[in-house]
Amino acid sequence: MTAPGNCTPVFDRAAAEGRSVFIGYLPVGYPSVPGSLDAMRALVSPGDGPGADIVEIGIPYSDPMMDGVTIQRAATRALERGVRVRDVLAATEAVAAAGATPCVMSYWNLIEQYGCDAFARDFANAGGAGVITPDLTPDEADEWTPATDEHGVDRIYLVAPSSTDDRIALTAGAGRGWLYATAVMGVTGARETTSDAGRVLTERIRRISPETRIGIGIGVSDGAQAAEIGAYADAVIVGSALVRTLIEADDAGHPEDLAALRALSLDLARGVRAAR
Amino acid sequence: MAENVRNIAGQKPWDGRSMPDARGHFDRLGGKFVPEALYAALAELEEAYEKAVIDPDFVAELDSLRVNYAGRPTPLTEAKRFSEHCGNARIVFKREDLNHTGSHKINNVLGQALLTKRMGKKRVIAETGAGQHGVATATAAALFGLECRVYMGKVDTDRQALNVARMQLLGAEVIAVESGSATLKDAMNEAMREWVATVDTTHYLIGTVAGPHPFPKVVREFQRVISTEARQQFLDTYGQLPDAVCACVGGGSNALGSFADFIPDDSVALYGFEAGGDGVETGRHAASITGGSVGVLHGTRTYLLQDEDGQTEESHSISAGLDYPGVGPEHSYLHDSGRATYEPVTDAEAMEAFQLLTQTEGLMPAIESAHAIAGAMRLGRRIAETDPQARPLIMVTLSGRGDKDVRTAIRWFGLTGEVDQTMGGDPVELPEDVTAHAEPRPEEI
Repeated sequence: MTAPGNCTPVFDRAAAEGRSVFIGYLPVGYPSVPGSLDAMRALVSPGDGPGADIVEIGIPYSDPMMDGVTIQRAATRALERGVRVRDVLAATEAVAAAGATPCVMSYWNLIEQYGCDAFARDFANAGGAGVITPDLTPDEADEWTPATDEHGVDRIYLVAPSSTDDRIALTAGAGRGWLYATAVMGVTGARETTSDAGRVLTERIRRISPETRIGIGIGVSDGAQAAEIGAYADAVIVGSALVRTLIEADDAGHPEDLAALRALSLDLARGVRAAR
Repeated sequence: MAENVRNIAGQKPWDGRSMPDARGHFDRLGGKFVPEALYAALAELEEAYEKAVIDPDFVAELDSLRVNYAGRPTPLTEAKRFSEHCGNARIVFKREDLNHTGSHKINNVLGQALLTKRMGKKRVIAETGAGQHGVATATAAALFGLECRVYMGKVDTDRQALNVARMQLLGAEVIAVESGSATLKDAMNEAMREWVATVDTTHYLIGTVAGPHPFPKVVREFQRVISTEARQQFLDTYGQLPDAVCACVGGGSNALGSFADFIPDDSVALYGFEAGGDGVETGRHAASITGGSVGVLHGTRTYLLQDEDGQTEESHSISAGLDYPGVGPEHSYLHDSGRATYEPVTDAEAMEAFQLLTQTEGLMPAIESAHAIAGAMRLGRRIAETDPQARPLIMVTLSGRGDKDVRTAIRWFGLTGEVDQTMGGDPVELPEDVTAHAEPRPEEI
């Protein structure tokens, strides 16, 4: 199973409340570095109710192999506007100060160039909980494992419907905190309908690794879908739908307008609470 | 290694290791940095490959295709008039340009297309830069009845319009990729993205020795035929091995194919020529080994062009096929281990060689190959300066033919399309549809 870690208390608390965890993704640096920190605060505290429990802070990358057009567009703009990898530390502090659990999603080269150990150290010092590595599997984690052990950072790996049982066991066993299940084969992106694939994959993981906490990423775009996934998953991950609200505001000439983001965050937080 | 033979480049002898290891590593390089979603497909490919290469039926089928379809073996051509410009060197071309579809790319594509069939998949996707790999893939898809989609950067679909049309005529769907720098690396991102979603039915037919394991190995082994043939041809024709083997390096598939069987021959110097663009010192180039640093891109750890943060930097080259900010991990390893030497060749040097070879030998090379030709010229002259007595025998892989590059050459050399002289008769009025499709006058280089 995936070992308990920094994120475990959030999952325990949600479980005690009979609901699943709401994980919201936003990239640092979009619409600007300060603007992205405001957006993360709004995601956590949207107003008339709770928001995201965990913020998955994306670090924009030039070659985001796993991302669909929405997140790609935000990342490209963030890079054009000058975001740096080190800005993720300010975002981590902001999320922690807002009362949510900060995780980071980063393509591997950015961490490797920062320095494996240095990244784990600085991220932990900023209050970071876990790092999601979409293109690093346990197979290539010779340096990452000791670095994250040393600095107490959760290693959040991905599994997919194509993962064999052996790979699920290997991946779950190598991680810490929780396991990220990409329940559709394909890149990130909001989808109008969610499929049964999430339930099927969750059941497989539970059979192979019963105690592992599972977050499902399946292109959820509203509270009703979040409720549907939250009925069986430990956590519901939402990315593209949130990012889209920022892009729409940016395109409308009001990048500071977070009203749509707040509304969606509230809707999703209600969704994970309406599930069971 | 009975004796420590130093070759003309003073390169270190082969370390005797067979690469990559079981995890796809070339020491610290290579590997599999991919989403978990692709692991099953990579494992399937590896298994299919390892089984196929020891299956006599597969080997016989591939051999037959090479001979009867692609036109192998390709000959050696000694370039006597061109050699006059290369110091005292004798330049011998390995004629991969004579392959069906006009480049070495077909070698790999035939192998992988056969594997696709063995895996029971009915569809292939590919990335392409200059379009040579795309054309080769579309060709094999037509031959085997596979559905085919090719991703190509928008910048490249514009500068290689002829190859776009060839692919479409072959029945492939061509997708112009506008994200990022809209060149080969972005085409590769898009192909990877698609593959994650379609991996059950689709094989990603990578065209170079880059990408995650097992691609660098699989592609090298299908390109190895270049050096296997050439090595024997040199022994038969010249009674000796070449003193040096030169090839251009983008991702590096023709170079690794040219090097592979010579790697254990310590007397043979191995030279890879990277695209130096406007010059490595200008920052506008595609010389990953000369001007880059080690990082992870497209599933492998290798030298690449990146900024301080690890963001990939855009590459620049007149040659679409070399315009890639990374390089196959084995080249990075051969560089680190000192067994091969990598040098940049600028756009201007490559175009000079392009013209010189065309006019001295009647061989119009692909601009990619022109980098190797320019590099060999430089090497020959350098040797003549340091050792006027030496008569080095240099193999240069002519990886592709230049038809696709005529438009670029027109711009570079400022050809106007006007004839040199008109004679006889009254002026003829051209029908409108002829003039309408005439090549526009070049505005700039």
